[in-house]
Amino acid sequence: MIQNLPYIAVALLIIIGLYATIFKKNLIKIIMGITILESGVNLFLITLGYRKGAVAPIYTNLPEGTKVPQSLTFPVPQALTLTSIVIGVAVLALMLAIAVQIYRKYRTLDVTKIRRLRG
Amino acid sequence: MIQHLPALIIALPLLTAFLMPLIGRISPTFRKLFAFIMIFLVAIIGILLVHEVHSKGIILYTFGAPQPGETTPSSLKIPVRIIFEIDGLGAFMVIVSIILAFTAMFYALPYFKEERGLDRFYALLFLLLAGILGMELTGDMFNFFVFLEIASISASALIAFCIDRSETLEAGIKYLAISSIGALFFLLSVGLLYGEYDALNMAMLAKSISNTFIDKMALILILGALLMKAGIAPMHMWLPDAYAEASPPVTLCVIAATQASMYGLLRMIFTIFHPSIDIAFLPALIIALSLITIGIGATMTLIQNRLTRAIAFAGVAEMGYILLGVGTAMYAGIKGYGEVALEGAIFHVLNDAIDMGLLFLVAGSVYLATRELDMNNLGGLARRMRFTAITFLIALLASSGMPPMNGFASKLLIYESTYALNPILSIIAILASILMLAIFVRIFYSVFLGPELPNLRDARDPPVLMLIPMLILSILIIFLGIFPSYAIDKLVDPAVRSLIDAKGYVSAVIGGG
Repeated sequence: MIQNLPYIAVALLIIIGLYATIFKKNLIKIIMGITILESGVNLFLITLGYRKGAVAPIYTNLPEGTKVPQSLTFPVPQALTLTSIVIGVAVLALMLAIAVQIYRKYRTLDVTKIRRLRG
Repeated sequence: MIQHLPALIIALPLLTAFLMPLIGRISPTFRKLFAFIMIFLVAIIGILLVHEVHSKGIILYTFGAPQPGETTPSSLKIPVRIIFEIDGLGAFMVIVSIILAFTAMFYALPYFKEERGLDRFYALLFLLLAGILGMELTGDMFNFFVFLEIASISASALIAFCIDRSETLEAGIKYLAISSIGALFFLLSVGLLYGEYDALNMAMLAKSISNTFIDKMALILILGALLMKAGIAPMHMWLPDAYAEASPPVTLCVIAATQASMYGLLRMIFTIFHPSIDIAFLPALIIALSLITIGIGATMTLIQNRLTRAIAFAGVAEMGYILLGVGTAMYAGIKGYGEVALEGAIFHVLNDAIDMGLLFLVAGSVYLATRELDMNNLGGLARRMRFTAITFLIALLASSGMPPMNGFASKLLIYESTYALNPILSIIAILASILMLAIFVRIFYSVFLGPELPNLRDARDPPVLMLIPMLILSILIIFLGIFPSYAIDKLVDPAVRSLIDAKGYVSAVIGGG
C-alpha cells in the first residue's frame, strides 16, 4: 500500500487538474489546472524511476560501497522530467502572458464572458 | 554532408530562429532576404532528404554516435540514444510541410509591411517549422513530445501575435490550452510505456508491445491527444478559431502542424500499435468520429458569415475525410481496400494542405484589398481582383472534391474504399462533399460576384510577390488533379509501403527481422 502512495497522488493530481480545466470559469484557475495536471505527470515519471533505498545516479558523488547500477535510481525518467518541467514553464509563461493581454482587452477573466468566437 | 541532412533540416530553422533578432537589427530588408534564403535552403535540404529516402530506403540518424546501439552500456542492450528515422511516410510529410512553409514565408514577406516586432514573428515561424519537421523525422517517443510542445508553443504565440485584436488572443490561448493538455496525456502514456518496456524508442516499442491493459490505455491516451491536436470532433472547436483569427501565413504553418499531428496518429497506430493491439471497438469509433467531424465541418460552414471562419470549418471536414480513410484502413487491415483507403488518406493529407492553404491565401488577399472579411459586406470583387477570383475558384473546386482538381483524386480513393466497407459511409461522405461544393459556390458568389459595392471600387489584386505563392499552389492543384498517378507513384506509395512494412521500420534500428 505505502509504495503505491505516489501513484495515488499522481491520480489525484491529474483528476484535480482535469476538473479545474474543465469546470472552472476563471482563466487563471484553468491555467492552474493545467499546471497541476503537469505536476501529476511529472510526479508519475519520477515515481517510475524510483527504487527503494537507491541513491541519485551521480557517478562522481556515490556513497562508499554503492553497487552500480543495482542501487541507483533510473536517470532517464529524471532527464525526461527535467525537460518536461522546462517545457511546462514556457507554456505557463506564455499562457499567463496571453491571460494578462486578455484581461487588458476584456477587463474580465471569466471565460463565459470572453466568448466572441463561437459557432 | 549528405549523411547529416536529417540533423541539418532541424538545425537550420533553429539557428535562423535564434539569429533573427540579431539580423533584424541590421535592416528590415536584410531580414526579409535572410528569411527567404533560409527557407530556400531548408526546402533544398528537404528535397535532398526525400530523394535520399526514396533511393536508399530508411535513413537512420543517431545523435552523438555512428550507430544507435553503440556505446550503450552492455547491460542495457536497448538503444537509448535519440534517433531520427525517416521512412517513406516521414519523407512525404516533409514535402507537405515544406510546401506550406515555403509558400507561407513567400506570402508573409510582402504581407506584413508596417507591423512591429517582425523579428519575433519570423523567429517564431522558423521555430514552428523546426518543431513540425522534428515531429515528422524523429524515431523517439519523448523526442516526439518535445517537438510537439515546441510546435504548439510557437504556433499559439503566432496565432496570438496581433494582440491589438482581442479575438486572436482568445484563439491563441485556446490552442495552447488544448495542445498542452494533449501533450501531457501523450507524456503520460510515454511514461506508461517506459515503465513497462524500459524503452522510448519507437522501433523498440513497436517490437515489444503486446496486448496488455497498460498498452491499451497508452494507445487510447495517445489517440486522444493526437486526435485533439488534429482537430477531430468533438475537440474541433479550437481549429476554426485558430485558423480564422491568425494571419494567413501563420494559418498555413498551423495547418502544417495539424497535419503533423495526423502523421503522428498514423505512425502510432500503424507502425507501433497496430499489429499487436486488439481493441474491437476502436476502428468503428474512429470511423464514427470521422463522420461526425465531416458532418459538423460541412454544416457549420453553412452558417458562417466570416470568410476565414467558413474556410476553417471546411478544413475541419477535410480532416474528417483523412480520418475516415485511416479508420477504414484500421477496420480492414492494410490490405485490399484497406490499402486503398490508406493511400487515399495519405494523399488527402497533401491535397488538404494545398487546398486549404490556397483558400486562406485568397482570403488574406481579399482582406488586404478590402480590410473586410464579413461576407455580407463583400461583393463584386471579381471585376477588380481577377487573379484572386480565379485562384479561389480553383481552390474551391479542389477542396470540395470536384474533378479535375487534386481533391477529387484522393477523395475518390476514400469513397471507393469506404464503399467496399459499407456503402452508407461513402454516401455520407459524398453528400457532405456536395454540400461543401454548394456552400463554396455561395461563398464565391457573395464575395466575388454580384453587384459591385461602392466602397470596394479601389480593391486590387495583391502585389506580384504575393501572387507567386498563390500561383504555385494553383499549379500544384491542377497538376496533381490531372496527373494524380504521378504523385501516387512517387510520393504516396512509398509512404503507404513504409506503413505496411512496420517490421522494416523496426529492423532498421534493432537489426534482424
